[in-house]
Amino acid sequence: MTDALRLPADTANLEQFREFALSRMEQWELPFALAPKLELVLEELLVNVCSYAYGDGDGDVELSLSAEDGALTLLIRDWGRPYDPLTTQEPDLTLDVEERGIGGLGVHFVRQMAREVSYRRDNEANELTVVLAADAPPGD
Amino acid sequence: MEFETSKQDGFVVLKVKGRMDAVTAPEFEAKCGEFIDAGDTAFVVDLSGLEYISSAGLRSILATAKKLKAKDGKLVFANLAGMVQEVFSISGFTAMFKVFDTIDDAVAKG
Repeated sequence: MTDALRLPADTANLEQFREFALSRMEQWELPFALAPKLELVLEELLVNVCSYAYGDGDGDVELSLSAEDGALTLLIRDWGRPYDPLTTQEPDLTLDVEERGIGGLGVHFVRQMAREVSYRRDNEANELTVVLAADAPPGD
Repeated sequence: MEFETSKQDGFVVLKVKGRMDAVTAPEFEAKCGEFIDAGDTAFVVDLSGLEYISSAGLRSILATAKKLKAKDGKLVFANLAGMVQEVFSISGFTAMFKVFDTIDDAVAKG
């Protein structure tokens, strides 16, 4: 089972991507426990693309979903400048309020929630693939 | 996002409902900002009605915390559950902030 949605990379479209993803999840009868992981991973990755991929210019972002054996694979593609989010430095989670920043936390969540995550640059596109499975608890 | 506010023993008790995501998160910072501008510096944030939070939500909380720290204020949390609790935990926010099981506990010990 597979389906895709391509829209302008704008945070105004986050809700549409979210509804698309949740409705496919339900349609494909994936475990309900996947929903919060899916929402979080999707938002963090889409916000990154919307914020950085095209600089001040415009461009699209595409979400492809596929389901197999109870696992859900997200492929997020943009045609902006080459960027591998997996090279983002892991945040220091031990700092206190004054020193603490939020940079890198989104990608940290993706790593924590995903069973697998990988990046490749292909045909002028950034492709990030994330596999979510209900049986992978956070931090596992 | 929706808010319910009350005062208890010097704390502003702010109950947050709905979703704290990239679109709605600035509302939290703005709401707390209203109280801070009015002179309040101690907050208990009740998250029992919060269904979802992302790094954008944490950013909004952290910005508020930094503002309060500069005023020697307090920001503590109560009633974390589900994915909100999980996100607080994996981000280190549970360790960075005081988190209580109930509002009464938060007011008494916060």
